[in-house]
Amino acid sequence: MGKLDVQNVSKSFGNQQVLQQLSFSVQDGEFVSILGPSGSGKSTLFNIIGGITAPDTGAIYLNGQDISGLRGNISYMPQNASLFPWRTVLQNVLLGEEIVLGKTDEEEAREMIAKAGLQGYEQAYPHELSGGMKQRVSFLRSMKSPQSMICLDEPFSALDEFTRAEMQKWLLSIWEKHRRSVLFVTHNIEEALFLSDRILVLSNKPARIQRELVIPFERPREEELVLSKSFLDYKKQLYYELRE
Amino acid sequence: MVLILLIIIWETASKLFEVPEWILPPPTSIGQETIIGWSDYNHHLWATIQLSVIGFVIGSSVGILVAICLHLVPVLREAIYPLLIISQNIPIIILAPLLVVWFGFGILPKLIVITLVCFFPITIATLGGFRQTSRELHHYMLMAGANKRQIFFKLEWPHALPSLFSGLKIAATYSVMGAVISEWLGASEGIGYYMTLASSSFRTDRVFVAILFIVTLSLLFFGLLSFVERKVVKAPAQEDE
Repeated sequence: MGKLDVQNVSKSFGNQQVLQQLSFSVQDGEFVSILGPSGSGKSTLFNIIGGITAPDTGAIYLNGQDISGLRGNISYMPQNASLFPWRTVLQNVLLGEEIVLGKTDEEEAREMIAKAGLQGYEQAYPHELSGGMKQRVSFLRSMKSPQSMICLDEPFSALDEFTRAEMQKWLLSIWEKHRRSVLFVTHNIEEALFLSDRILVLSNKPARIQRELVIPFERPREEELVLSKSFLDYKKQLYYELRE
Repeated sequence: MVLILLIIIWETASKLFEVPEWILPPPTSIGQETIIGWSDYNHHLWATIQLSVIGFVIGSSVGILVAICLHLVPVLREAIYPLLIISQNIPIIILAPLLVVWFGFGILPKLIVITLVCFFPITIATLGGFRQTSRELHHYMLMAGANKRQIFFKLEWPHALPSLFSGLKIAATYSVMGAVISEWLGASEGIGYYMTLASSSFRTDRVFVAILFIVTLSLLFFGLLSFVERKVVKAPAQEDE
C-alpha cells in the first residue's frame, strides 16, 4: 500500500513563490513522473514530501495520514548517488532499511544485488564503481528501504546518453518485479514517457501542474517503444507543452 | 639517503676541525654511548614511553570528547572555540612550572602538560572533519528519516575519522615532546630528566642520545597510528564524483 496525496501545497521563499497550489496523487503501485524544466521547484517539492521543509499551505497525505513535516515516510533516491564512501555496496544498500527499522535483511539484499547485475561487487567500495553502477546501488538502496513510496530525484541526469537508456530499462525491469509507488522527477521528456504511467507537466516559476497526461503503453516496455509513432506523438505534445 | 649523507658530513667535519666533544660529539661517539650507556638509561626510556603513552591516551580522549561536545552543541562551539585557541598561545614552558607549583612533582602535572599539548590538534582536526560532512549525504540522511543519533554515528563520525587520525598523528609526536618537557621540570626519571643531567654535566653525547630516542619514539608512535589508520579507515577521505 502506498498512496500519496499532495493537496494544495504552496511554498514561497521570501517574495519568490516556488510552488503554487500544487495538487496531485500517486496511486498504489503507480509510476508517476513530474516533468519540468530545471529550477522549477522540483527539489523543493521533494523536500516538502520528505518532511524536511514545511509547506506554507496545504498538506501531504500518505495512505490517508497527514505526513506533512514528518521525515522518514518515503524512500528517497537523490540526484547523485550519495553513497557512503566507507560502506561497501552491500552496506550501502542496507542503509535505508537500517535507518528506518534498525535491523537489516542481508540475505534479501544480496539477492537483489545479484539480480541487479552487481554480483561480485557486494564487498566493493563506491570509489571502485562506475557512475552507472553507483546509481544502481543507490536505486537498490531506495528499493530496499521499507517505505511503500519511492521518490526519485532526476537520478540519471548525471549519466551519459547510453548509460542512461540502459539504466532506464534496468530500472523498469527491477520495478516491474518489486512493484512500488514511484514519484519520479525528471527534465527529460523521453525518460518520463518511457517509464511512467502518468506524467505531470510542471510550469516554470511558480510551479503549477500545467498538464496531466496518462501514458497508455503496455508493460513490460521494450526499447523499440521509443521509436514508435505514438511515442513520438506524445513526445511532440509534451515538447510543445513545455515550450509554452 | 639525505640523512646518511648528513651524518657522514657531520662525522668528517667534527674529525677534520677537531671540534671538542662537549660542543659537538661525532655520530660515532653518540652511537657508542647509545650502546654502552643502555643499562644506565634504559629505565629513563621506559619511564618516558609510559608517560607519553598514558598522556597521549588521556589527551586524545579529551580531544575527541571536546570535539564531539563542541560539534553537537553549536552554542558551546561559539563560546569555547576562541578559548581553545588562546589556550594554545600560552607557552607550555611557562605553564609547566606553574602546574608543578599547583600539583606538586607527581605524575598529575606531567599528564596535564601532555594532555594540553595533545588535545588541541585532535579537537581542531576532528571538528574540521565533522563540519566538512558532505551536504548530499546529510540531505539523504534527512530524507531517509534518520534521527540525530543516526546522523552522528552513521555519517558524521565515520566521515570525521580520517581527519581525526591526522590529528592523532600530530598529537602522538607532540606527546613525546610534552613528556620530555614535563620531565625537565621535576622528575626523578625519564628522558627529559636524563637530558638535563647530561647537559649540566657537559655530556653532550648523552644529550644527543636523548634526542635520538625522542625522534625515534615520535616516529614509532606516528608509524603505529598510521598502521591503525589503515586498518580502521576503509575508504579514501574524499570520494571523487
